[in-house]
Formats: sequence, C-alpha cells, structure tokens
Amino acid sequence: MIGFVLFFAWLGFGGDYIWALEGSHPFPWLGLFLTTAAIIGVWYAYKTGPEKVLWSTGAAELTDPKTDAERQVANVVDEMAIAAGVPRPRIWIIPDDDPNAFATGHDMRDAHIAVTRGLLTVCNRDELQAVIGHELGHVKNLDIRLMTTLAALVGAVLLMRDGMGRMMRGGGIPIRGGRKSKNAGPLLAVLLALWVISWILAPLIIQLLALAVQRGREYLADAMSAQFTRNPLALASALAKIEAADAPTRAIKSGAAHLCICDPLGRRLTNSEGWLADRFATHPPMSMRISRLKGMGYAQLKKEGGSFTSSVSG
Amino acid sequence: MWVLLVLVVIVGLWMVSAYNGLISLKNQTVNAFKQIDVQLKRRHDLIPNLVNAVKGAMDFERSTLEAVIQARNQAVKVNASGPEAMKQVSQAENALSGALSRLLVTVERYPDLKATGNIGQLQEELTSTENRIAFARQLYNDTATQYNTKQQQFPTTLVAGVAHAERTDLWEIEDQAERAVPQVDLSRR
Repeated sequence: MIGFVLFFAWLGFGGDYIWALEGSHPFPWLGLFLTTAAIIGVWYAYKTGPEKVLWSTGAAELTDPKTDAERQVANVVDEMAIAAGVPRPRIWIIPDDDPNAFATGHDMRDAHIAVTRGLLTVCNRDELQAVIGHELGHVKNLDIRLMTTLAALVGAVLLMRDGMGRMMRGGGIPIRGGRKSKNAGPLLAVLLALWVISWILAPLIIQLLALAVQRGREYLADAMSAQFTRNPLALASALAKIEAADAPTRAIKSGAAHLCICDPLGRRLTNSEGWLADRFATHPPMSMRISRLKGMGYAQLKKEGGSFTSSVSG
Repeated sequence: MWVLLVLVVIVGLWMVSAYNGLISLKNQTVNAFKQIDVQLKRRHDLIPNLVNAVKGAMDFERSTLEAVIQARNQAVKVNASGPEAMKQVSQAENALSGALSRLLVTVERYPDLKATGNIGQLQEELTSTENRIAFARQLYNDTATQYNTKQQQFPTTLVAGVAHAERTDLWEIEDQAERAVPQVDLSRR
C-alpha cells in the first residue's frame, strides 16, 4: 500500500519537477493532487473493496438456504469455520456454471466467501469442504484484506492512467523540448523519459505487485485447507475438476481474478512454468499445486500405516 | 554495570512476552474446549427431531432408534465437573456417535426410505453435525498440543510455573471398537 502511494507521489511530483525545470510552474499541484488521490484511493479501496468485488460478480447472499445444495454449502462453511477457529463468514452464490470460488473481506470478523453455482454441482461434499477450507485459509491469513484492496486499486489505476493520457494529449502538460532549460538538458531528458515510462507502465507495475503477493499465498492456503480437513487428496481432486471445466468463469472479471481459487480466465499462462509465467500468472501452475497436495496425502497415508479408511471417511 | 542493566531489561521483556503467549494459548485452549460443548449441545437438540422424522418409516428398526435415544439421554445426563469430567463426557458422546453412525448405515440400507420425504435432508444435517463435532475436537486437540508443546519447551518452560500452565489432555477415542479399522467388503453378491 505504501509502495502504491510512493509510486503515485513519484508520478505527480516527478511531473512537477520536470515542469518546474522548464520554468513557469510555481506550485506542485500535480504532485499534491496525485498523492492525495492515491491516499484517498487506497482508503476508499480498502473500505469498499469487498462490496465492489462481490457486486462486480453479481453474487447474491445466501441467507436462507432452500435447496439441498444450498443447505450443504451452508453446513460445510459452518463446519470449516469451526475447524479453522474463525467466525462464520457470509456466503455468496455467483450465478455461473463454471466451478470457482473466492474469499473477500477486511478481517476474520468481516469475511465473505463466494462460490459459483457450478462448484456446487461439480464437487462432492469432501471436495467442497476442501475448497471452502482453502478460502478460509485466505481468511485466516488475512490475505483477503490485501488481495481485495489490490483488486480495487488495479481498477483505480487504469482509470487514472486513462484520464492522464487524455490530459497529455489535450496539451495539459506541455512537453516542449527544452526551450528555456538549456542548462538542465540531459538530466531533464532522462527524468522526462523515466517519468513517461512510469506512466505507461503504471498499470503493469501495480498488477505485477498484486501477482507477486498472490502466488505464494495460494500454496499456503492449499496447505491450510489440508490442515483443516486432514484430507489433502480431496482438494487435489477438487482442483483437478475445477481445472477440467476449462470454460472461463464469465461472471468474474479480470480485476478480481487473483482472488479466486483458480484463474477464472482460463489463461494458458497459469499452466506453464518458467520466468514469464512466474512473473505474470495470477496463480501457480495447477499441476504443481495438485502434485504438492498429493505429496501431502501420501505422506499422511504412510504415517497412518497404509490404511486408506481414515482419509476417505468423514 | 550498563551491560547488566540492559541484560535484565531484555530478559524481563522476554519473560513478559513468553508469559503472555502462554496465557493466550491457555485461553484459546479453554475456548476450543467450550466449542466442543456447543456442538455437542447442538447434536443433543437435533436427535429428537431426527428420530421423530424417521420413526414412522422405520418401525422395523426399532432397536436401532432406541439405542440412539438411550445414548442421547445418557449423554445429556453427564454433567460432571473436575478432572474426570472430560473422560466421562467423551465416553458418553462416543457411545452416541456409535449409535448415530449405525443409524446412518441403516438408513443407507433402504434406498426408498432415502427418497421419501425429508430423510435426505436430515441425513445431511446429521453428517454436518458429526463433522462439526469432529472439527471442533480437531481444533481443540491442535490448540492443546500447541499449548502443551510451548509450555514444555525450553526456555518457555521457565515461565510455565508463573503462568500456572499445566498439561491439558487431548480428546481421545475411548471406545476401543471405534478405533478398529472397519472391514469393508466390496465383493458383489
């Protein structure tokens, strides 16, 4: 968050500085404006993030479960909240046939878990339990606060960038190639270039920030799900099923993609490894996640003396 | 002289944080134990409804139903306190768990019973209740193990006496029959 504000301060004050070097710019209004906007943006994103994210997916809260599937998911969330030792989160149902799920909120006391209708039909009880356990892992680690704020910020940055671009084209910031400032020549040029590049890269940088935080957290949430359910193989099979239904989750927009249990856009990148995928994918490769979970499952079976009963019962 | 003072302050700060850590874990353990109680109470309240719902359809399985009712009443009655309380409660509750799982198996045996009315819904409720109790116990055992480990480990063990930290018992399966691995026969007859 602080990085975000500093980045905007650089965008603003840097612009002012360059402008000032050219003369005829007494007050750093651009810097003040952008920094204030960034602070307000962070605060606003933090406050309204969960509602915005839920609203953008068209989710409806499940308050009075009617069908068997709804009753089951309400029960499962209750059970996993007990296992995790956190207050019961609010449940939301997304009207989409592709299986997916995400968690959002500010802290443990104000948490929301959203699942798609598709998840309820595709997964059996154990798998549903594992998926909810994964989401509650995010809740317990307080990932939800960071991820939701980032989701709201990515949107805000895109908006601001577009606005600034329009201003520049409209001549709001005159880029006159050193008419008055012969003395500050090379320094000014370098600064100007850096500044313009920063503007162009702003959304990309913010997104990379979000992704870097996210990927490590997925493995942690997988492990926590295994700790709550004591059944890592259920999560492995749930992930396999979610991945097999490779139609993109249409209800979930790219802004909230990094919140989900698996990439809702069905991007190829998520499934490949290597430097590029490591930097740009919102989620670690599914095959890696599944193989780690299977490793946990087999270790568990071995410890229990090779009996398979304890991991399939319950 | 100054070195000594700094050392005393550092040790003092560490003692405070270790003490607070132990107290926090102790209260978490107590809370987790109470959570089991809450879930057991929920189960006791649910059972009469369940039995009423299946009574008409399952007249032929009267003994299974009676066993459930009896175990439930037994479990409600246990209200002891003191060090033996946990053992008694867990014994009664495990008996109830056994009776309930036999009932669930019996219901499974009659597919047409499952299809009629709200048996399926009750089955879901029962499964959920059993899961809740199991997860509440799991949380208690995890927290208690963390607490026990912390108070026995060096150097926290030095403060354990001041914090009145004592070993807490874990929730165990008392019924030997329940511990046995169930025999599954998959051969088709």
